[in-house]
Amino acid sequence: MQKIVLIDYGSGNLRSAQKALVAAAASLDGSFDICASDDPEVIAAADRLVLPGVGAFAACMRALGERTGVIEAMTEAVQQGAKPFLGVCVGMQLLAERGLEFGQTQGLGWVSGEVRPLTPSDPHCKIPHMGWNALEEMTDHPLLRGLEVGAHMYFTHSYALFPSDPADVVAQVDHGGRFTAAVAKANVAGVQFHPEKSQSAGLRLLANFLEWRP
Amino acid sequence: MLKVRVIPCLDVKDGRVVKGVNFLALRDAGDPVEQARAYDAAGADELMFLDITASHEGRGAILDVVSRTAEVCFMPVSVGGGIRAVEDARRLLRAGADKISINTSAVENPGLLSDAADAFGSQCVVVAIDAKARPDGSGWEVFTYGGRKATGLDVIDYAVSAVKRGAGEILLTSMDRDGAKNGYDTALLRAITGAVNVPVIASGGAGSCADLVAGVRDGGADAVLAASIFHFGEVSIGEAKAAMRAAGLPVRPI
Repeated sequence: MQKIVLIDYGSGNLRSAQKALVAAAASLDGSFDICASDDPEVIAAADRLVLPGVGAFAACMRALGERTGVIEAMTEAVQQGAKPFLGVCVGMQLLAERGLEFGQTQGLGWVSGEVRPLTPSDPHCKIPHMGWNALEEMTDHPLLRGLEVGAHMYFTHSYALFPSDPADVVAQVDHGGRFTAAVAKANVAGVQFHPEKSQSAGLRLLANFLEWRP
Repeated sequence: MLKVRVIPCLDVKDGRVVKGVNFLALRDAGDPVEQARAYDAAGADELMFLDITASHEGRGAILDVVSRTAEVCFMPVSVGGGIRAVEDARRLLRAGADKISINTSAVENPGLLSDAADAFGSQCVVVAIDAKARPDGSGWEVFTYGGRKATGLDVIDYAVSAVKRGAGEILLTSMDRDGAKNGYDTALLRAITGAVNVPVIASGGAGSCADLVAGVRDGGADAVLAASIFHFGEVSIGEAKAAMRAAGLPVRPI
């Protein structure tokens, strides 16, 4: 039995992400216990962690920091325990060293780079980047197994993570210029899109995460 | 490249569908969740629930609908109707909604859009605008309370101010065309899509695949919303997308 813990810090997409993980787990052999928690002990004991997130970088980082011991427990599980970790949308952006939404805010710093506003070169490309868009420049990372180039995912955001090391980028997306759709560095991964809202392609990615052995 | 979204809209009253799919043999056609599943399976890009519950006591029902939908449908869901405060929005988002659509309260309480955008981000906040052409041809006027109350506000000015206050998307309904099935008001759409830089959803008047195409090609809409043509099976989601693809518009394959 693998214990999957979604970090509960009041994020709006927590419930959807949890339900989607349950559905993804049902497609796999293996047995998974999927729960949401803000208890540092539960987080420390997890086999895998998922950090959801919607809204503004600063507000999410603040909400996370207000839960006593949560960031410490996450950090220990990820850095000492080498537990697989998935950040979703703003949960992915929080992996960066800093975010530039509503002033500069320090992030978790697990992926080098910063979160900046999208600035599409094509004036027809609107902000927020909202809707279904195709993955491009995909690597053969295990999280993307079974997903073809051009797989559509649901995005809704105005800021994106710009990693300093291109090797951390495992998929991109184009909206008046390419930017990061998915990052992965050792046992830490993040997706800018919402797999929990991306129908079968999204469930596939979540199933891949549940099977990922970094 | 971002794809044009096809969005079926379900009217829900006291937790039951009052306007929805009626051409499929659904076990319980009044159950919004069954309807949502049908559209999920058909390849809809997003789903809109419009809560038309009149009584305050009945408001809890939509929360149950949203949370049960989130258990079985892994697609974006927007909810509109009766959202008067940030707390109403928070409950819906926590239940599993991705976006909340605010209409009358956005006019009557100008701080609501910015409060909601501060709390949840602009990408969660849709301003729904009911527009009616002025008889003298000088543009369009904003109406509230389901089209019953004239506000005196100009639709273009209002749309621009709503975006400034934090709306991340506009659901633009032409009252003149709503239910008439003779096409979206593409002049109205063009006026708004030319004035703001957030996505605009065309609503009101779609009667055919050609209307859906025109909403995007001529109106500049980023998404097309329709109710009856989908519910009555006149146009399937697949046919809508095929028609748009044939017209050269980018759509997500089903």
